[in-house]
Amino acid sequence: MSRFSMMAKISAGFLISMCLLAGFAPWVSPYSFDIQDTTRILLTPSLQHWMGTDTLGRDLFSRLLYGARVSLFIGIVTTLIALVFGTLYGAVAGYAGGRIDSFMMRVVDVVFALPDLLLIILIMVALGKGVLSIFIALTLVSWVTVARLVRGEVLKVKEYAYVTASRALGAGPARILWKEILPNLYGVLLVTLSFRIPSAILAESTLSFIGLGIAPPASSWGTLANEGWKAIKFYPHLILFPSLAIFLTILAFNFLGDGLRDFLNPRRRKAI
Amino acid sequence: MLGYFFKRVLHGLPVILVVATLTFLILRMVPGGPFDRDKKLPPEILANIEAKYHLDKPVLEQYLHYLGQVLQGDLGPSYKYVGRNVSDILLETFPVSLTLGLCAALVTLCLGIPAGILAAAGRDTWLDRFFIFLATLGISLPSFVIGTLLILVFSHQLHWLPPALWEGPRHVLMPAFALGAGFAGYIARLTRSTLLDVMDQDFIRTARAKGLPESTIMLKHALINAASPVVSVMGPLTAGLVVGSFVIEYLFSIPGMGNYFITAVTNRDYPLIMGVTLVYAVLIVLANIVVDLIYMKLDPRVKLLDATGSAKRT
Repeated sequence: MSRFSMMAKISAGFLISMCLLAGFAPWVSPYSFDIQDTTRILLTPSLQHWMGTDTLGRDLFSRLLYGARVSLFIGIVTTLIALVFGTLYGAVAGYAGGRIDSFMMRVVDVVFALPDLLLIILIMVALGKGVLSIFIALTLVSWVTVARLVRGEVLKVKEYAYVTASRALGAGPARILWKEILPNLYGVLLVTLSFRIPSAILAESTLSFIGLGIAPPASSWGTLANEGWKAIKFYPHLILFPSLAIFLTILAFNFLGDGLRDFLNPRRRKAI
Repeated sequence: MLGYFFKRVLHGLPVILVVATLTFLILRMVPGGPFDRDKKLPPEILANIEAKYHLDKPVLEQYLHYLGQVLQGDLGPSYKYVGRNVSDILLETFPVSLTLGLCAALVTLCLGIPAGILAAAGRDTWLDRFFIFLATLGISLPSFVIGTLLILVFSHQLHWLPPALWEGPRHVLMPAFALGAGFAGYIARLTRSTLLDVMDQDFIRTARAKGLPESTIMLKHALINAASPVVSVMGPLTAGLVVGSFVIEYLFSIPGMGNYFITAVTNRDYPLIMGVTLVYAVLIVLANIVVDLIYMKLDPRVKLLDATGSAKRT
């Protein structure tokens, strides 16, 4: 069954529309995200305000669209940077082998020894709150996973006969890595990408939710959820909609990842 | 076995030392000290405070002083909770977090493993698809969202369970579930896929040929062989539960280590941040050692080849 599953197709459609909505937020959102209307505070969802309004009378749907920009941008871009750097690092370590490899992987092990969220918080303490800090912290933490994975694959692929053949024909290490080994990893990397992005989105929203992530006035889905949390008892819509956005996006990425893996690896059964 | 254990502990020490050093350096690099106020303190008072906490010494001296203290089991005074030692705060809050973590681990295993077994037993049927779908939902739901939903339904709507604090068994249920449910999804998917791999092996075919009922094969023959990969993720799971408790303790206002850690970060209470980080590092190193020992017991083929390598996180 090497076809692309229905769930994965739906998820891809959902994610693409989400990205488009976020990208065109200034044009598609019904209200401006920062216009405060004190005559219309804490409204429940209605036709005028699809998701209601918050304590300052701002339209929640519009704020959610703008929040999507921050959440998706952080999730996707940090993962891409981590992917490029981790791939380079892992490929060099795996290909070089020997002492260089064990030294390079020692560095990875140190980052690996602590849970991601704890490290991110520690880095954030040093850098201060804000979009840029969380961006740096997430990137610094997530490249190691990619580096480990790529190193493992490179160790395997570099023993293949055609790589030896290429070396016998006089190809240098750079050419072998770039032309012979890396193309083998595209599938794995694509699947990794679709599983790492939701973890990054999750990390950011969790941090923002506990108040250690993005600082106002910038807002992500996590900060919206945090604001909603304060009014949960009487105005649950304020936390439900941002939570739903986070949940559906992460779910869609996970389905997409599952679909991609089954599609690229039809023989291997669904792994974890 | 005992020798191996001590060897592993010995190998874990440098990891903890590196963690301590890096955290110390990160915290000392921070612009702005912990005693910056909106209203500036008079310089002589600031100097006195800094002298009290040894902040006026060079960084290297501070570092060595701190390490010496830690070796004696003293994690220094808290900057914010004046008059209290970090060690005392941790002694008080650690049992709370430990209880929460153990209960959450119980939730994870009790939900995840049966779901994985059922999914594998009903391979490619609606049962399988249902549990896989459920597991994916669990993985995708952030713990704070699960917690929020639980509070909305069971506290605010039904008034069955208390939405916050830590005063008895009824206060444990929702936090433990919120923390454990997401990881249950991982465990379910892992149990299913390893079980399916095992079920394809020859000895299972032999068992079938002997005429054993499918349930006996699954529970007696396959499950024990599928246990190793599941056990090997228990190390990362511990780490996940430990860190997940930040969020859950914040959400449910539980007076545990995670909640204090968040407050410490907001307050820049460096000794407390350091203390919690160290406890976590020790905990994770220990969890990995225990996991490896269980792993060896389960699978005699695994020799003590990798003395340095702890159970790797995925």
